[in-house]
Amino acid sequence: MTIATPSESLQPSGWAKYFSFSLDHKVIGLQYLVCGFIFYLIGGILAGAIRIELTSPISDFLTRNVYNQVLTLHGTIMIFLWIVPVVNGAFGNYLIPFYVGARDMAFPRLNAVAFWLIPPAGLMLITSYFITGAAESGWTAYPPLSITTPAAGQLIWIVSVLLLGGSSIFGGINFIATILKLRRPGLKLMQLPMYCWAMLGTSILVVLSTPVLAGTLILLSFDIVAHTGFFNPALGGNVVVYQHLFWFYSHPAVYIMVLPAFGLVSEILPVHSRKPLFGYTTMVYSIMAIVVLGLLVWAHHMFTSGTPPWMRLFFTIATSFIAVPTGIKFFNWVATLWGGRISINSAILFSCGFIVNFVLGGITGVALAQVPFDIHVHDTYFVVAHFHYIVYGGSVFVIFSSIYHWYPKFTGRMLNEDLGRFHFLITFIGFNLCFAPQHWLGLNGMPRRVAEYDPQFEFVNQLSSVGALLMALSTLPFLWNIFQSFFIGRIAGDNPWHALTPEWLTTSPPPVENWKGPAPLVTAPYGYGAVTNTEAIKSTEIKNDLEENN
Amino acid sequence: MPITSAIIIFALTLILVLGGLWVGQNVDLLPLSASENAPVYDELFKVLFSIGTILFVGMVGLVIYSLIKFRTKPGQSGDGIPLEGNLSLEILWTAVPAVVVLFVGLYSYDIYDRMGGMQSLSHEGHHSQELINEKRIWGGISSGSVESSSQESITSLPIEVTAMQFAFLFHYPEGDIISGELHVPVGKPISLTMESKDVIHAFWVPEFRLKQDVIPGQPTILNFTPTKPGRYPIICAELCGPYHGGMRSTVVVEELEGYKAWFKSNAKTELIES
Ligand code: HEM
Ligand SMILES: [Cu+2]
Ligand SMILES: [Cu+2]
Repeated sequence: MTIATPSESLQPSGWAKYFSFSLDHKVIGLQYLVCGFIFYLIGGILAGAIRIELTSPISDFLTRNVYNQVLTLHGTIMIFLWIVPVVNGAFGNYLIPFYVGARDMAFPRLNAVAFWLIPPAGLMLITSYFITGAAESGWTAYPPLSITTPAAGQLIWIVSVLLLGGSSIFGGINFIATILKLRRPGLKLMQLPMYCWAMLGTSILVVLSTPVLAGTLILLSFDIVAHTGFFNPALGGNVVVYQHLFWFYSHPAVYIMVLPAFGLVSEILPVHSRKPLFGYTTMVYSIMAIVVLGLLVWAHHMFTSGTPPWMRLFFTIATSFIAVPTGIKFFNWVATLWGGRISINSAILFSCGFIVNFVLGGITGVALAQVPFDIHVHDTYFVVAHFHYIVYGGSVFVIFSSIYHWYPKFTGRMLNEDLGRFHFLITFIGFNLCFAPQHWLGLNGMPRRVAEYDPQFEFVNQLSSVGALLMALSTLPFLWNIFQSFFIGRIAGDNPWHALTPEWLTTSPPPVENWKGPAPLVTAPYGYGAVTNTEAIKSTEIKNDLEENN
Repeated sequence: MPITSAIIIFALTLILVLGGLWVGQNVDLLPLSASENAPVYDELFKVLFSIGTILFVGMVGLVIYSLIKFRTKPGQSGDGIPLEGNLSLEILWTAVPAVVVLFVGLYSYDIYDRMGGMQSLSHEGHHSQELINEKRIWGGISSGSVESSSQESITSLPIEVTAMQFAFLFHYPEGDIISGELHVPVGKPISLTMESKDVIHAFWVPEFRLKQDVIPGQPTILNFTPTKPGRYPIICAELCGPYHGGMRSTVVVEELEGYKAWFKSNAKTELIES
């Protein structure tokens, strides 16, 4: 296999390269990250609009159609334009070539195409709101609602989700090829950092399930444009079939959002607790178990759809069992902390916040998997609480943790730790204040996706909105930190955390070819505490320094 | 492991488990329970809440303890212990969750069965038998305990539910009543056959702990037995359009006399009209 080397002379340099069709995986990774964060801010403003509407029991802030459009855009943006592209595209592109000892991804051009599909798709989705009105049938777009709501917005939604799905598939193929085919000679699979395994598992899910979503949405668009009857009961179509097809993708999609986050945490915890990752082998097997089981549990989203009893039972059991490999990973992380030399910094705080939040989300998940439990709380605020504990408390906390961890590598400067810890505190409090009360709302009778509700729920909804306000405010110290550290942050040096994984064994930011000189062979990425490994790293560092001086 | 720390760990685990069980038994997070299967649901909720509390407090406790105990103190440097794994520990925390999950699965199967979820719907009310010949019936949850199911098929009160943007309509075949509110007598098994005229809706009564989607083109069934007189909200739980949040109705559970009076006064007018 030849190693692709982007030639420096053909690429713009400086700021311009971030706005170009760059083939450098590091540039593409940061493009994903910044682009995703901008969409996160937009999705966050929409969330704010939802929480303002819900401070009073009547529908008074947004008109009803706009409320449903805002709801649909919020979900779609957060999933397809923020979490999926960032945990996969941003960190995957930046880190995977380093981890396998390559100088770029397997298909750099496909990689750039995958990224450049995202901004137009996102812009299209958002401008649809101003031009035709956005889709208003929720991110799940269940027919026949999605067939009977205004067609233009729904069609634009379909096209942009198809583009984003395509981007995701291109990325997935690229990650699989890079991990399996571009490994530096001498580097064995079972020596790869855990994030590689997470991305391998995730990419398998992406490649297997995203085409099903694409096919389903194409059929849906036929129903809308050509008045075919696949999912239109008026024409003999079957609406439940759509749900099966949709969730066949969208349950795996939740793992596409969280498995990479599991991988990132597995990189961060060992570094800041100065301990090897506990139970490497079981971690690898549990990722693969989650991938297999994740493909077999989709109908737990359809327990009230009129599914037959045997199907309800099968999906209850299969879903419950996902908790076993997931649990293993959490115990292993706690064991990684145990006996360590932990630096209480922003990165580790966000990672530990993730553990706490995700454990709660996992527990409510297992409860939701039980049919008799779910028939009461399905489609209520209980489910809203569950998945925000997973996607925000899980994936978004990990994204923040990762930014604190890798910012020095990205920019060559350290972030301000005091601001970072303050950011964590406000985010953690705001998040829990916003979402914990929603469990109660759902149990007691508040359905999801409503603009109005019983007056008895007013106080708890206001509490939740205060939490949302804190979450919004917590973004400010973060943004300020990112901005000011870029100019006045302490110089990071090559390896400020004394980490052992290969991205730290080069300059910060790294050169286009990743390492001046040969790619280092890191066979023990988690070898903390073992003298030989630390020595080995020191000698590589020295060697690199010498080469640079020459 | 020194004996004192073994005792401390044992004592903490015991406190955690007992505390979790106590909390689970004493939580009060659910609305009033007003149907035959609601208490069964609440029993499941308590068990799940106990297990959840034990797991959550245990994990959070471990994380916080580690952060405090193993934080780098001033003057310390170097790495932690090079511990890469521990087979017996890893087997333990694979086996324990597996057993817990298996228990939860079997237990909720039992609950589901007691709620009537495993009864074959084709053997229920005669009206559904008729429908089966015409259209495909999709299973909802059926009510009552398994023992009472044979009687129930004879005595259950059939009501047809039509959902549309943004209302529920209830049709009583016996008196040919059409009503915007659902009136049912307490203690009587009710069998709803539901269908939607436009998009998907869902019929949810929190006090009954029951929900079933109402789907266009595919009738669904929902059986229950109300146990407490009162007025409870019927809530649409599936996004169905701009007024989804306002798509509400009421189920009025009455003593038999009250119900009969309502039935008579309404059935008469219906009969005169027809
Ligand atoms: C321990 C593992 C988990 C279990 C057992 C579980 C179980 C469930 C179940 C049964 C539902 C359906 C609830 C309902 O609609 O009535 C659900 C909903 C959901 N879960 Fe999880 N879950 C788990 C982890 C996750 C993860 C890892 C994610 C994402 C990163 C996630 C995201 C979601 C989302 C987004 C929904 C709602 C989808 C929607 O209706 O819009 N869950 N989960
Ligand atoms: Cu799922
Ligand atoms: Cu509705």
